[in-house]
Order: sequence, then structure tokens, then C-alpha cells
Amino acid sequence: MSAAALDHGPASDADTGPVVSDSQTFRRAFQDLRDGFAQRELWLNLGWQDIKQRYRRSVIGPFWITIATGVQATAMGILYSALLGMSIKEFLPYVTVGLIVWAMISASILEGSEVFIANEGLIKQLPSALSVHVYRLVWRQILFFAHNLLIYVIMLVAFGVWRNLTWPDLAAIPALALLVLNALWVSIVFGIFATRYRDIAPILGSLTLLLFVLTPIFWSTEALKAQGGQVADRAKIAELNPLFHFLEIVRAPMLGKDQQAYHWYIVLAITVVGWAIALFALRKYRARVAYWV
Amino acid sequence: MTDNVSIETRNACVDFPIFDAKSRSLKKAFLGKAGGSIGRNDSDVIVVEALKDITLSLKEGDRVGLVGHNGAGKSTLLRLLSGIYEPTRGSARVRGRVAPVFDLGVGMDPEISGYENIIIRGLFLGQTRKQMLAKMDEIADFTELGEYLSMPLRTYSTGMRVRVAMGVVTSIDPEILLLDEGIGAVDAEFMKKARIRLQKLVERSGILVFASHSNEFLAQLCDSAMWIDHGQVRQHGEIEDVVRAYEGDDAADHVRQVIADMKREEDEERAS
Repeated sequence: MSAAALDHGPASDADTGPVVSDSQTFRRAFQDLRDGFAQRELWLNLGWQDIKQRYRRSVIGPFWITIATGVQATAMGILYSALLGMSIKEFLPYVTVGLIVWAMISASILEGSEVFIANEGLIKQLPSALSVHVYRLVWRQILFFAHNLLIYVIMLVAFGVWRNLTWPDLAAIPALALLVLNALWVSIVFGIFATRYRDIAPILGSLTLLLFVLTPIFWSTEALKAQGGQVADRAKIAELNPLFHFLEIVRAPMLGKDQQAYHWYIVLAITVVGWAIALFALRKYRARVAYWV
Repeated sequence: MTDNVSIETRNACVDFPIFDAKSRSLKKAFLGKAGGSIGRNDSDVIVVEALKDITLSLKEGDRVGLVGHNGAGKSTLLRLLSGIYEPTRGSARVRGRVAPVFDLGVGMDPEISGYENIIIRGLFLGQTRKQMLAKMDEIADFTELGEYLSMPLRTYSTGMRVRVAMGVVTSIDPEILLLDEGIGAVDAEFMKKARIRLQKLVERSGILVFASHSNEFLAQLCDSAMWIDHGQVRQHGEIEDVVRAYEGDDAADHVRQVIADMKREEDEERAS
């Protein structure tokens, strides 16, 4: 191993003694993930507590999540359907699903990059697997998403979207599982690097906002293609945005639209690469996080 | 239970990178008495060498007290032994379930009730919910808070919080117990009760490492002492000897007095 990239010397000079430092091994990286998962009683509890905490003493509690998203989706849906000349009946469910999936994606990136910084006290005071904080965060996002799903169910009934749904649309379930799997590596990777380089979190903040506009949530690639000519070509640019594919594998089945396999391939490839990076980051920098927070 | 509860470190160093330190402040801090020495690592980042070349080996039954100046590295050493900080150079191996008692407030949520906090705090210390529920009555009894335990923690005074935290910590069976000082803020009567519980906890645990400025407390709980100075182990041996080297004859005589008192009390107990 050459000199360590960040700020510490190579750990290899420890191998003179009988006790050899194994801080930077894959074994410890996997052990961290396993030990963290084994403490699920803790993080399931904490994640749920986080949600309850935010709405403590309010009468309808966490359902404010549902209401806030519902209001936003309805307002934006109505506005943009008028601006773009689309039928509300189709556009409102489209915007709603887009928004609740986006909420999960952006929270993974934004909160993921803060995951270790936010838990500084716990990391410095209690020895536990680093992944506990990641699991807690992702579990909280799943709960958030579950609350938002209620609006989806209402839309399904109100706009008769359920009539479009067929058995293949159950693909939404593995698609969501993939989303969760990606939220995990994103939190690990961005969490570790944003803890070391404190500029990363604000950069990601701006970038996520930019991607929000670039991702077809309030507009659709179909509408662009329908205009033909140069505009239709520009629709292809949206394909360069990786988040579009994540959105699409979840949104298309949830709305009962045609699903395209290439979105899945792209997402699967990103998942594999992302996890590979996460494992390397865990191997090399897991033990450094306590020093950096 | 883990076989062979042990802690072993070999030339373990803990260097804190200080990314935002200016070199100007470096000169000022360089010759200070308290705190670790300051240097640069190979990537030219300023580092505080909080611990340097710590080689020690603790096994089941060891009760070690840490003495030393503020900033000498006692708390950092406890964190190294707990596995929170893995050594930047050298190595450390910790075998056994660790219960660190550093900051009693950490992991406490002011918005939830005392009961819920007891459970969460227990989960943080590696217990299961079931185990904590089984211990709940005993802990509630110990804290003497009664009905108050169902109130949110934010309504508690500092002393009441310490009671809850102490109740949880002293209820578990750790293999390695790491205690940092600063368990104050409780009234004298409760402290007496806590001390007895703490002593029982120490008896149950395999290894104890205890950092304190109270020589009396040290003599009561430990059977050897370690003087940490500028991030290194300066001396390790009998409490009396270490305290004599660190603080002088008066303090050492006091330690001898305390140990003698304890022995006499024990003998009396045995006799009766």
C-alpha cells in the first residue's frame, strides 16, 4: 500500500507485532455492515423515533408528511398541467408519484451526506458499527415514503389509475428495493467523504436542486418527444441524468405505464458500481470517520 | 460471553488531524504543558498526537486507574480501548463486550419519557429490548423517580438525568467497563447508593479502566494505576507509587490511608 491518500500514514507498519491492525480490511468492512444490521432493534427504534420526534405534540403527527406532499403535488400538478396544456387526470398522478419518489432520492443524497456529521456525539461516545447510523437513516426514509404512499393510494382511486395496473406492475416492488439498496451505498459513500471534506454537502445540495429541475418530474419526456424536431432531440439529454432512470423504474409500474428494460439495466449497473465504491470506502476510511467528525 | 476478555495494544498511536488549524497557532501551542504534542503527518496536515506508542495488555480481572493532567490523553485512551478510535499507527485488539461510560447524556432523547430513554440507552449499550424490560423495575427503583419516569426527559433536572443514566449503566453486565470521571451532579445520598452499585458493577465486569482525578475513588475501585503524560504511559504500577510520582507524598499517603480503611472495613465485615 502506498502512502494513504487522505491524511494518515500506512497502517502496514503495524505488522511487526503479534497484534496486527486489521482496520483497513474488507473483513472489517463487512463485519461493520453485519454488526450494524444485527443492532436492528436499535435503529428501527431510532428511525421511528426520528419521525415521531418531528411531529411531537401535533394532533395528526407524522401525517403532516402526507399532507405536505399532497398539497405540493396537487398545486404543482394543477399549475403545470395548465401551463403545459396536459390533462389533469393524467398529469396529477404523474406529478404525485414523481414527487414522492424524488423525495426519497433527494433525502438519500442530502441526509446521506450528513449522516455521520449529524451523529457526531454518538460516534465519539459509543463504540458501535458505523452502519447503524446508515440503517437508521434509510429506515427513516422508508417510513417517510410509506407515509407519502397514502397520497398515491388516494390518487389511484380518485383518478382511476388502478384500472391501468396489471400484474407486471408489481415490478414496482423490486424497483423500490433497488432504490433502498442505492440509498444505503449513497449514504455510506457521501457520508464518509462529506465528513472528511465539508464542502461536499453544500455542493450536493446545489447539485440536487439542479437535478430536480433536470429530472422529468413536472415535465415528461413523452411531451417533449411529441413536439418533434429539435425539442424531441433534447429529450434525449434527460437520459443522461442517472436519477431519471431510478425514477422511471418506480414510476412507470406505479402508474401502469409501459416499462422499458434499459432503465433497469442502468440502475442495476449503478447499484453494483456504487456498492463496490461503498465497500472500498468502508475498507479504507471506516476507521477514520471517528477522527473526522 | 467472550472467552479471554482482553485488551491488547501495540505501539498504538492516535493522531487527530486538525484540518482547519493555522500554522500560526502552532507555534503558540507547541510548548504548552497540557495537551498532546502537535506535528504534521506525511500529507502535511497538522495533527495532534493525542496518544503515542501505547503498548499495554489487560486481561480479565484487571482494574486500572488512569491519572494525568487535563489533556494528557486519558479520555482518548479510554476511547482507544473501547474501539471508538482505531489506532492511526500500531494496533489495538479489544476482545469482549465494551460498556463505555463517558458522557452520561449521549443517546438520551429529551422528548421521550424516562422509561423509553432507559430502553434506548440500554440498546445503545448492546442490550436487547427484552433484557431492558426485565431490568426496568430494578432501574426504576434505583433512580427513585417513581411516576416521573413516564414524563418526557426534558422536564428532568440534570441530577435526575444522571440518575437515569447511572441506573441503566449500572444494570448491565459488561465484560469491559470503561469509566470516565465527571459522574457528578447528584446529591450526596444518591452518590453513596450509586457508589455501592458502581462497585458491584466493577466486580461483575472483567476489565475496568477508570479515569479520575479523585484519588480516593481510584483507590476504592482499582488495584493498579497508570500515569498518562503527554499521550504516553509514564508509569504503571501500584496506585500508591504512581500517585506519589504524579502528585507527591501527601496524596500517596492519603491513598494508603484509604486502602487501609477499606481493608479494615472488609476485615470487620468478615469478622461480624
